[in-house]
Amino acid sequence: MDLRFRDAEPTAEERAAVDALLGAPSSAWDGGDRTEFDLRFATQAPRVARDRRDLLLPALHAVNDRVGWISEGALDYICRRLTIPPAEAYSVATFYSLFSVKPRQARVLHVCTDLACAAKGADAVRRDVEERFGPPGVSWQPSPCLGLCERAPAALAIEAGDPPANAVYGPCAVGQEWPTTTEEPPVEAAVPQTRPRGQTGPDAVPGEGGRSPRPDDLVLLRRIGVVDPLSLDDYRATGGYTGLRRAFELGPNGVIREVLESGLVGRGGAAFPTGRKWEATARQLDRPHYLVCNADESEPGTFKDRVLMEGDPFALIEAMTIAGYANGCALGYLYIRGEYPRALKRLENAISVARSRGLLGDDILGQGFSFDIEIRRGAGAYICGEETAIFNSIEGFRGEPRTKPPFPVEKGLFGKPTVVNNVETLVNVPHILEMGAAAYAAVGTSSSTGTKLFCVSGTVDRPGIYEVPFGASLRDLLDLAGGATGELRAVLLGGAAGAFVRADELDIPLTFEGTRAAGATLGSGVVLVLNDTVELPGVLLRIAEFFRDESCGQCVPCRVGTVRQEEALHRLSKRRSEGDLVLLREVGQAMRDASICGLGQTAWNAVESAIDRLGVFTAKESS
Amino acid sequence: MSVPLRPPRRLIEITVDGEAMRVPEGDTLLDACQTAGKDIPTLCYGDTLSPKNACRVCVVEVEGARTLAPACSRKAEPGMVVKTDSDRARHSRKVVLELLGSSVDLSTTPNAKEWMAEYGADPARFGEDAATVAEPPKVDNDLYVRDYAKCILCYKCVDACGEQWQNSFAISVAGRGFDATISTEFDAPLTDSACVFCGNCVEVCPTGALSFKNEFDMREAGTWDEDRQTQTTTICSYCGVGCNLTLHVQDNTIVKVTSPHDNPVTHGNLCIKGRFGFQHVQNVASDG
Repeated sequence: MDLRFRDAEPTAEERAAVDALLGAPSSAWDGGDRTEFDLRFATQAPRVARDRRDLLLPALHAVNDRVGWISEGALDYICRRLTIPPAEAYSVATFYSLFSVKPRQARVLHVCTDLACAAKGADAVRRDVEERFGPPGVSWQPSPCLGLCERAPAALAIEAGDPPANAVYGPCAVGQEWPTTTEEPPVEAAVPQTRPRGQTGPDAVPGEGGRSPRPDDLVLLRRIGVVDPLSLDDYRATGGYTGLRRAFELGPNGVIREVLESGLVGRGGAAFPTGRKWEATARQLDRPHYLVCNADESEPGTFKDRVLMEGDPFALIEAMTIAGYANGCALGYLYIRGEYPRALKRLENAISVARSRGLLGDDILGQGFSFDIEIRRGAGAYICGEETAIFNSIEGFRGEPRTKPPFPVEKGLFGKPTVVNNVETLVNVPHILEMGAAAYAAVGTSSSTGTKLFCVSGTVDRPGIYEVPFGASLRDLLDLAGGATGELRAVLLGGAAGAFVRADELDIPLTFEGTRAAGATLGSGVVLVLNDTVELPGVLLRIAEFFRDESCGQCVPCRVGTVRQEEALHRLSKRRSEGDLVLLREVGQAMRDASICGLGQTAWNAVESAIDRLGVFTAKESS
Repeated sequence: MSVPLRPPRRLIEITVDGEAMRVPEGDTLLDACQTAGKDIPTLCYGDTLSPKNACRVCVVEVEGARTLAPACSRKAEPGMVVKTDSDRARHSRKVVLELLGSSVDLSTTPNAKEWMAEYGADPARFGEDAATVAEPPKVDNDLYVRDYAKCILCYKCVDACGEQWQNSFAISVAGRGFDATISTEFDAPLTDSACVFCGNCVEVCPTGALSFKNEFDMREAGTWDEDRQTQTTTICSYCGVGCNLTLHVQDNTIVKVTSPHDNPVTHGNLCIKGRFGFQHVQNVASDG
């Protein structure tokens, strides 16, 4: 490929950051210093580099991590190294919100202004930050959900350097300091079921004083706060890797049969039967097969995967190994969102420990099965959680969803058969193998089996991750979380792409079929509680703003429709208008019918349910 | 003109608007609908490019599917029951035209007005404050103009510049969502970019966002008049490849050069010489 560059040179620091990832350049022809040899012989970048377009995203991260932004010199250097046209690399760099192609400070504070944080006063924090640090974009920026909802309102500081540093803040308060380092609470602080019931809860168990008895049905969360997340020995001592051993006994087909019989369905939001996905992938003749673990948890109000990855990272590694074994994959990609520094560190540790102990790599447990995991870090794009956008992102292209068909099981990552599963889905698998499909399927209801993690946030007494068997009602869950603070107004189920339910609908069973029958959705397990102090039009505006920001821009219904939806909601929040309600419905219907992917198709769900069920903006509303 | 032979294809049966028809396997729904004489609007579809299905104006209803299907890229499958004119499909087309019409200048988009009328689209309903992509035209070279206020982000120029035709990769989509634009790296002028000025992006642009400088200037001056133009297809005299050129002539002056999309040599593509190197034909010495 004939590349053309302008005269921008990388700084020594930018060059070093890229070289730390890619190694030193082989000649002047791929970005090195010019020697006499280079003047006599034209060569290209080595083939390994030319075939590694998928290293573009890590290379952009390397520069952004070191310097804080991506200059033209740095971008050109990456392009020379990987043989990528600069216009394409620029288009990828500008796709992600964590990257900047304009100079900015090394330390950038990301202040969450999303739903759960907004319900807890994030707006005041944001205004305070803006007053103190000036307009956004240089030293701070408002952020979509950071997945720190139990600590709302939350913020995350990302500081470029060698090594880069992070600090997490929450709950934030107006006028607070923003120290460069913070002590982050342990992960189990996000799991109220594992700690003594606080004195604040109305249903605190009197007299017990110590831990409340751990519910027997705590399966996915059973190790959170119990094991050291850095210790493989702890993991094995608590039953870790018995699932993989069982998998080797069953063989790949046996594993798939168990997963099929367990009734496990995807936990990322779409609720597709995992066993059927695996069956379809495993039987594809085209090779190699890939596994992608979708840890790009970005649905506003969702933080279950973060808690799993931070508290029980080896479980995900084991689960991916089992999935790789069942589906005939030699390589799995773990795509984790860029806003999860602690989860990333713990997974990196888990992978390297597992590798050093023969649990990843060649000939795992002496069974002749080889499997390894590569971590890919997202860079701030909700859309990359879409199952085909994630492929484009990993491959080094813009994270735009692909057209289906073909489906991932046929043509996925690098055009090969690929199985994509959410973190929570995968983490269920070792348990299924340990306890057996029948025992697993006995938990929950007939069409929603097992247990489910719920991300309870907003105006609730004890926000956090709760694990309950499918079939518990929304009321049970809220009771478990200590109930709403103040007068309960509504609950948003399923996140920004979900639906609102009223305070008198708490008997909805939390199952896929139950929520569907009630015209709502479980989605990714978001349960955002809103009391009467929260302004619903403001919540809807924030949802609309979120979709407008996160639309990739590929298809017209979503790219323009999300803008028109936001504009109409702005108008409606000032004055009621039948015309704007009709407009919302018409645009919403077109987004649902004609958008390429689930983002556009669901961008109007929550707004619709707020209008229809809660009576927001209509005469029924009592305000 | 020679028609390249293709291996015979199995015929599959589908139903379009209640009528059973047989189409070759591998055909898209758009192919099938065109064969059946249905008029499906398209914008981002290009006859020389692989479908991007970004504009969604060609959506049709496929029975049993949760969402509408883009006719331009969805392949016909045996037994498919397709409705090209259902209320759902018409509604989405109408809204898509409204969304585009309210955010993009469609004044030079062929058929836009007719489609708006046919589907009852009213772009003005979003109000005067509706966000648009308006920006001044980019004139940074003598050969063609980029007027992104008219850009519907169909990706055709990017595909034509990139791996589907020219392999120059001078432009791509930068940014995200409503703020996304077609751009060179760091928005550098085209003359600094990898652009080779083949004009193949202009050839595929469906809205006139990309136009030859000559046409742009004449439109500004109000002298561009397609009714007074003739089109003559000839062969480029620059080299031995034998590309077909279609000369658009107004008042005995060549005002634009295109190439037939069905030409087996060019598929509508040309190089800078064929596309822009015509001035010598009409340089008449002043003394005769």
